[in-house]
Amino acid sequence: MLHTAQGPRRLEVELRWQQGRLLVIYGPSGAGKTTLLRLVAGLLKPDTGFIEVEGETWLDTQRRFELPTRCRSIGFVFQDFALFPHLTVRQQLEYALPDPRNKTIVAELLSLMELEELQHRRPALLSGGQQQRVALARAIARRPRLLLLDEPLSALDDDMRNKLQDYILMAHRHYGLTTLLVSHHLPEVLRLADEAVLLEEGKITGQGSPTALFPANVVTGTIIAIDRSDVACTVVIESAQGITKLTVGPAEAPVWQVGQSVNLSISPRNPGP
Amino acid sequence: MIDWQPLWLSIRLAGITTLLLLMISIPLGYWLAYSRQRWTIAVEALASLPMVLPPTVLGFYLLLAFSPAQGFGHFLDRYLDIRLVFTFPGLVVASLLYSFPFMINPIIAGFRSLSPNLRAASRTLGKSDGTTLVRILLPNIRPALITGVVLSFAHTIGEFGVVMMIGGSIPGQTRVASVAIYDEVQSIHYSLANQYAIVLLAFSFIILLLVYVVNRYFHQTSTLP
Repeated sequence: MLHTAQGPRRLEVELRWQQGRLLVIYGPSGAGKTTLLRLVAGLLKPDTGFIEVEGETWLDTQRRFELPTRCRSIGFVFQDFALFPHLTVRQQLEYALPDPRNKTIVAELLSLMELEELQHRRPALLSGGQQQRVALARAIARRPRLLLLDEPLSALDDDMRNKLQDYILMAHRHYGLTTLLVSHHLPEVLRLADEAVLLEEGKITGQGSPTALFPANVVTGTIIAIDRSDVACTVVIESAQGITKLTVGPAEAPVWQVGQSVNLSISPRNPGP
Repeated sequence: MIDWQPLWLSIRLAGITTLLLLMISIPLGYWLAYSRQRWTIAVEALASLPMVLPPTVLGFYLLLAFSPAQGFGHFLDRYLDIRLVFTFPGLVVASLLYSFPFMINPIIAGFRSLSPNLRAASRTLGKSDGTTLVRILLPNIRPALITGVVLSFAHTIGEFGVVMMIGGSIPGQTRVASVAIYDEVQSIHYSLANQYAIVLLAFSFIILLLVYVVNRYFHQTSTLP
């Protein structure tokens, strides 16, 4: 059961994906994306469900079987990074290792994520982008089967976002991981995903390659004014494309608010105002 | 001439009580902080009870409970040859109950102040709850642990009402410093009472200062690059 701004909703999802791919789960806030990720990780338990990864059953509520989180081969990157405040960068990675004697991957990750100079620092002295790289490295350190990323870049500014998307892609390819990434940032989906899943109000409304799911010209804009009259409503949107005016019927109007962020899809068929 | 025995007794009592409380309160505090069952709130309220109870009330009920003439006290005396009235072990038991809220509440608050994602992250890294507790949670609630230790120690040293009820004033056994001061005042030996009091005051202050200094040192080194 999800609790959203519109009231409680059920999360009903059936999802299959391929090993080795980077799958992005996209949808508006409250759709259930984070819940879904936490369910896969075992941090939450569904009322009913079945999860199988590479032939291993992680959850089967019918047979009352649940594999605890720590037995699942996963790496999880939290939205707030969840770095341990008392450990240095190096120690975070070493803590993640199943065998404390085999430290070669630590050196490798420090180098790959360009954290070598920061390895003896504690999280309090790291920038957001640096903390994110540590969180990513720590999640990968035990070579998990599944890498789960919960809106990992939402706390960063645009510049950092781009750089860190690079790191995520690089790590995914270098280690041949299967990755599930949750995001509500459309350009991110387009850039990173091998495959995308659209999650709305607790249900999957689309799955496929990102270009198939989302038309080519999509921009993000902000509503700067709304002109309401009895018959219709004019919504003025500012975006990289300039100013766009949309006319919507009175039924749709109450949902729109000034300041809201919207995705505009512009295709050649519409003559446009 | 000052008799060091009451002071030594007080320190012994506070030290043993604090150590035992720490060992009990970490697992119990962990359970209360993270349990999602709703009835645990009753346990939490119960744990804080000694804080609001008048000490003599607690002492009185302990006296009844441990009295060898009936019930539990009788059982202890008859089968285990243990007496908890007017003995040092009895004082320890009473102090454990009396100072318990001062150890467990800071610890529970400490656990609750940590982001729940820390525990979740440790689990996703394949660690058991025990490993998580020792290697991740406890190191991050150090100030709470120190607070608990200091408060329990200080509280036990200052105990009077409970100790008088269940311990009496047996020299070498239950005549702790707080009781000794009372005795001396009753006997109009003010200067002797003052000697005990001053030593107790100085000792308590030094302990407190030491703890604050240590805490600040840890805080500073953990934020150095």
